[in-house]
Amino acid sequence: MSTRSILGLFQQPEPAADAMDGLKQAGFELGSFDVLTGVPYPEGAFGEYVPQHRLFRFPAFGAIIGFTLALFLTSATQIAYPMVTGGKPILSVFAMLIIMYEMTMLSGVIATVIGIIFESRLPNMKPGIYDTRITEGWIGVVVTFDDDSRVAAAESVLNTAGALEIKHAS
Amino acid sequence: MQQRRTLDQPYTNRVLLNGQLDTPRWWAPAVAILGIAVIIGLLVIGAMINKGLGVTGLGRPVYWGLFITTFVFWVGISHAGIMISAILRLTQAEWRRPVTRAAELLTVFSLLTALVFPLIHAGRPWRIAYWILPYDFARGIYPNIRSPLIMDPVAIGTYLTGSTMFLYVALLPDLGNLRDRTTGWKNSLYTVLALGWRGNPRQWKMQTVGGILLSALMLPIFVSVHSIVSWDFAVVPSVEGWHSTIFAPYFVIGAVHSGVSAVVTMMALMRWLWKWDDFIRPEHFDALARLLIVVATGWLGFTFLELIFALYGQDAPEIALREMQMFQWPWNMLFIIFFLTAYAIPVPLWLFKRVRTNIAMMFWTSILVNVGMWLERFLIIVPGLARRTPFVYTWEAYRPSPVEWTIFVWSFCWVTFLMLLFSRFFPLVPLFEQKESQVFTQDVAIGRAKVPAIVREAD
Repeated sequence: MSTRSILGLFQQPEPAADAMDGLKQAGFELGSFDVLTGVPYPEGAFGEYVPQHRLFRFPAFGAIIGFTLALFLTSATQIAYPMVTGGKPILSVFAMLIIMYEMTMLSGVIATVIGIIFESRLPNMKPGIYDTRITEGWIGVVVTFDDDSRVAAAESVLNTAGALEIKHAS
Repeated sequence: MQQRRTLDQPYTNRVLLNGQLDTPRWWAPAVAILGIAVIIGLLVIGAMINKGLGVTGLGRPVYWGLFITTFVFWVGISHAGIMISAILRLTQAEWRRPVTRAAELLTVFSLLTALVFPLIHAGRPWRIAYWILPYDFARGIYPNIRSPLIMDPVAIGTYLTGSTMFLYVALLPDLGNLRDRTTGWKNSLYTVLALGWRGNPRQWKMQTVGGILLSALMLPIFVSVHSIVSWDFAVVPSVEGWHSTIFAPYFVIGAVHSGVSAVVTMMALMRWLWKWDDFIRPEHFDALARLLIVVATGWLGFTFLELIFALYGQDAPEIALREMQMFQWPWNMLFIIFFLTAYAIPVPLWLFKRVRTNIAMMFWTSILVNVGMWLERFLIIVPGLARRTPFVYTWEAYRPSPVEWTIFVWSFCWVTFLMLLFSRFFPLVPLFEQKESQVFTQDVAIGRAKVPAIVREAD
């Protein structure tokens, strides 16, 4: 059984939202259909399934790693070459804090970027059915199914909602 | 802020991608001329490294001159990106939309340029490996983390890495757009860079949430970078004029002043060169000028505070330095030019809306600010050292050599060259942000007036 997908193209958000509603009513599972736009519409504009994300964990995780590494780096190097300056302690805490701060932030930023890319489900070199008019303002409603018998039902929903064109891909 | 034009998406694509899908006629000659200037500059840098720092005007007692001044200047310019992009994004200021990408780009390229200066200033740049990365397990010597000269590269490295990643993540939707509009090798390039972007709700949500999160993370870095640069000077107790407790906020606000002015300069050039009159409008210059009035006045306050703190202690060498800076030739001439260009001329002019919405006036006044801000750094760095001339039996203070001036000019050509190269392959104005503003804005009738209202999500 092969995975197939169809893409209905709309010029206005309202019919695209109608198509999304129609697919829900026709019994298509949440997650089996999605909307593609060239612009970030307000969340829920198409009644779409909004997946949960864990992006906020990434910077925290990155920051902990960065802080730990920086603590090790700054303290271990000073202890390894213990040079007493002006009778002060070997570990210069204020100077260490600066390096630790920067490395914590750097690691947090890198982890956030990794998180954004991961949570966007990228990179995806086989992104599936698509139409270049989406970045010109058209709205695509894509339906994916394992069961070919449902293609006609999905097409019917998209046509009823006013799709200007339907594309197929297998 | 009631000006608004309804622009459809194909028009936005056509106009804002005119640098990538077509080559403007002026682009190739401009890049060629700048390229020649860049090569000349690189040759001069090479010759200087070959001959040694003797070809510069540096020497006892002025060891830090034009190179370090220009380093601080470019780090300052780099503060434009996060000031504009992060703060305005976090506060959801609508007028940020055409500005953010150019500001982030200016951050990246000016930081890259800034890094060159301490490197070549070291005289033997290859030895930088022993200075910043000396994890030399054979000798057991490690970097001295107590030195601001170690803190500096760490902070700038963090800022550069973070800014570059921020820039790339925000480019993803536009890379998808370029992929859709190109063929051949360009299409292959954008396909790889876009990572398979499609524009589904999950990806847009990550753009929005991630953008805010990255802005929030970049802001503390932005503050720390110029603070640490200021400590290169402030922790030196032996040089009057450097050892100041307010240097960190003073440098940060000065950096914002020069950085935002540089963004104004760049926006005016973008509007003229790419004919983006529909996107970069007088209202954007108006908003930036209002911001600049506040920032410049805050910066002026710090300038006076720095002076008052210096004089309040009645310390004779400190008073002698200030006398030299303000009343002795040639420093007094530089001081007057600095004060006039950094504040006294531009800020009173910006009080008039006619000036704030006049793009040519904004262009020239923003350039004046950066002339003044460069002089400010020069007047902080050099006189403090030059005052010691009698102690080392040198009868002439520092005079930058033609080599230093050439490298100084090279840095401007280099940043402009990189900008133009970038503009050939990537959009300078974020298209999806422009389009988003059209989706989110609706005209609302209030009485007989129609005003644009912004629709916002609750979270």
